Amino acid sequence: MNTPVRRIAIAVMAMILLLMANLTYIQVVKAGDYRTDQRNQRVLLAEYSRQRGQISAEGQVLARSVETEGQYPYQREYPDGSAFASVTGYYSLVYSAGGLERAANDVLNGSDDRLFTRRLSDLITGRDPSGGNVVTTIDPAVQQAAYDALSDAGYTGAVVALQPATGAILAMASTPSYDPNPLASQSAQTQQDAWAEYTAADPPVLTNRAIQEIYPPGSTFKLIDVAAALESGRYTPDSQLTAASSITLADTATPLQNFNGNACGTAATASLREALQRSCNTAFAELAQQLGEQAIRDQAEAFGIGTEDIAIPMGVVPSTIGDIESTAALQQTSIGQRDVALTPLQNAMVVAAIANDGRLMAPYLISEIQGQDLETLDTTEPDQLGQSVSPGVAQTLTDLMVNNENSYTGAGKIRGVQIAAKTGTAEHGADPKSTPPHVWYVAFAPAENPQVAVAVLVESGGDRNNLAATGGAVAAPIGRAVIGAALRGSQ
Amino acid sequence: MGEARDQAGPPTGRTIELVLLAFAAVLVTGALILVEANQEQTLTVDLLLIGAAYLALLVAAHIAVRRLAPYADPLILPAVALLNGLGLVMIYRLDLAKADRAVALGNDLPTLLWPRQVAWTGVGLLLFVGVLWIVRDHRKLAAYAYTAGFAGLILLALPGVLPSSISEVNGAKIWLRLGIFSIQPGEFAKILLIIFFAAFLVQKRDLFSTAGRRFLGMELPRARDLAPLLVAWAFSVGVLVLERDLGTSLLFFGIVLVLLYTATERVSWMLIGLSFFAAGGFVAYQLFGHVRTRVQIWIDPFADFDGAGFQIGQALFGLGTGGLGGTGLGAGRPELVPFAESDFMLSSLGEELGLIGLAAIMVIYLVLITRGLRSALAVRDSFGKLLATGLAFTLALQVFIVAGGASKLIPLTGLTLPFLSYGGSSLVANYALVALLLRISNAARAPLPRRPATPLPPIAEAGTELVERPS
Repeated sequence: MNTPVRRIAIAVMAMILLLMANLTYIQVVKAGDYRTDQRNQRVLLAEYSRQRGQISAEGQVLARSVETEGQYPYQREYPDGSAFASVTGYYSLVYSAGGLERAANDVLNGSDDRLFTRRLSDLITGRDPSGGNVVTTIDPAVQQAAYDALSDAGYTGAVVALQPATGAILAMASTPSYDPNPLASQSAQTQQDAWAEYTAADPPVLTNRAIQEIYPPGSTFKLIDVAAALESGRYTPDSQLTAASSITLADTATPLQNFNGNACGTAATASLREALQRSCNTAFAELAQQLGEQAIRDQAEAFGIGTEDIAIPMGVVPSTIGDIESTAALQQTSIGQRDVALTPLQNAMVVAAIANDGRLMAPYLISEIQGQDLETLDTTEPDQLGQSVSPGVAQTLTDLMVNNENSYTGAGKIRGVQIAAKTGTAEHGADPKSTPPHVWYVAFAPAENPQVAVAVLVESGGDRNNLAATGGAVAAPIGRAVIGAALRGSQ
Repeated sequence: MGEARDQAGPPTGRTIELVLLAFAAVLVTGALILVEANQEQTLTVDLLLIGAAYLALLVAAHIAVRRLAPYADPLILPAVALLNGLGLVMIYRLDLAKADRAVALGNDLPTLLWPRQVAWTGVGLLLFVGVLWIVRDHRKLAAYAYTAGFAGLILLALPGVLPSSISEVNGAKIWLRLGIFSIQPGEFAKILLIIFFAAFLVQKRDLFSTAGRRFLGMELPRARDLAPLLVAWAFSVGVLVLERDLGTSLLFFGIVLVLLYTATERVSWMLIGLSFFAAGGFVAYQLFGHVRTRVQIWIDPFADFDGAGFQIGQALFGLGTGGLGGTGLGAGRPELVPFAESDFMLSSLGEELGLIGLAAIMVIYLVLITRGLRSALAVRDSFGKLLATGLAFTLALQVFIVAGGASKLIPLTGLTLPFLSYGGSSLVANYALVALLLRISNAARAPLPRRPATPLPPIAEAGTELVERPS
């Protein structure tokens, strides 16, 4: 009977080998699929079972995890919800994460290398492992002012406020916004309902318009034309340009008109200063033609347009001035139309560079990484991306922008504060003449010692029926309110 | 030391056994410390005391073996101890997770399973020693073959005829619920029936090689010679099918085939059996909805993930999450799988110990099973050979059915992983099974009774002696 027993022993070994082969297939080959399957709760449960770090701004908590008695040990909370959602983003068990919650996830969940020694000591002391804290550059008062100004008026739009000297982002608002709290709910149903509502919203609420959308900059692009002109050395603010109310684009029959078809003043020509103040399209079309494509393109790149992949740490959609295939295209480009498209952040970077003696600083949102006990582990050093214009040209541009601001009407002027600004009203859409324009206001203040640079964008002129909306009327009051909030904080 | 004194005999291996048992206790204590560190983030001296208590229990079993079966295979008991210990650690670990969850949800604390399993381990070791004590010679068991077979069948059928209120748990009518504790009589019936089959086959062995009709070129024994065996077999498999215990019916089917093959040395029995199995499986698939469901889940567990496929789907997620190295003991989420401590012990261990850990566990099983089969090879009597083969192969087939079911190699049929899974009947019965294996291995390894070197001369050839004359 020994032969069958030996064969059975071999069969048993084969059975165990078969089991092992199958287990190897599941635990090695298929492991990735199973681990990341949406229906596998384990990975997310692991994240929920340790305390995620907080996101704060000047001591104000924007996002935190609090202990709960619920199904999971911690609950994510956003005390100021919608106003700061464009900064914090959301953190959802079902729908993953967005905003800083996603971009700074390694720090917040504690897996970042900078938290390594902390993790090690947690392991030894037996403390619950927890994530690091993220301190943002946001000034809560400025953010709130920006959000309130946009949302109180019911606008769809964005505001970015930068500290010109460093590139620190003081505010980054986008409206309409959403409340991230229901997405962090421990109830999957609440999450699903909120997600369905947010993704179906029109206009979209989950989009951060400050960095995820690009818009034609309209007349605010004329600052770049002027910068290119002044940098060339061949122009001064008193250089004369055409004052015609309409010109024909080079090599075409297409007319190009000034806003409302007005002439640029009463004389036959207008100075560069006047042309910028009145935002005369014809004058800038002529100027661009004289400067040539390369000068405009170089100047735009010097301000960072289309050159840098910016991460703040959230990825910023690249801005572009497009392919300029003809002189007519160049003329349209020079007034911020055709293929030119900037994010509000990029437009804020342009004025911030002018405010900062031409030095273009990399924008950033995280000022500090902290351990669980709020001890600083890393701070962000300001980073200069380049020199956009010479300090002299920056000063001249500042003077011109001061001249602009002083000629603008509109609400919200701040007593005792000199603002330097430029408005923009950009046509867009398939039928631009009957679509309300996007309106812009880019500015910095105080002009003599800039503390804050802002870009305000209101989509489709604030409300969708207002064909007469202009940057000066709609966007400027918001920009001034934000500047006011920023300067109050810095005094 | 024992060996040193007993210079004439072969080594008993008892010292090796003791060292390996201590090693198992160290591993189990280490596993317990890991669970505690990962789950509670605290460590207490109690853990070392628990480890020491476990070692003491093992040493008691070792002493019993040393006294009652000194030549028994030294690897079997340590392999069992390690599996049992790892099972206890995992059951304890799942208890912690369930208690945490209950606290979080504000529910009442669930019944803790690990104290029960510890108690069952104690009962199992007692029965282990008892079997070694009572069964001094495994050959004596053959005399009780029919009694054992009869008792086995009754135990098997009992839950089927008793009212559901005392025999049904989670849809399977295989229990005897006796007040505070419940047992699955089928687990014990398994051993009794193996004794009967082995004894019967040895008794009728000659018949197989002599008489028989030819069928498809194979010699078959006369049906009436095999009748009692086939009847018992058909009865048990039938009862189990009616009790919806697919795993155990598969187990019985396989054991009888293997015993027939071993006794007759004819592959034809395997082929006939397997074709019966295929036919039976087909019929069962057509007749029983629950069989069809099992097969569908096996083919694609994720087609009905929220329903019937949830358990196996969760188990696969657990195994996948564990991957090669596992999440670490106490650091995974094995409690997400329903029946994580019994039918799905494999996925619980696989999630936290990874493929490497499961491979180690499979190797331990392989050691245990091959040591049993080795005893079958070495033992001198046919009944011992068949009995040891049957007992060892039972373990192998059960591991294959359970582990294969939980890892989607074969359709899922509820059974327990021997020594690892929660379940008193299974644990206690398997301790009895191992005691029988040790008894047979003792017989295989013990030296033959020594004959006197020089026989005394017969009395007739003894010389005369001058005795002092009485005065």
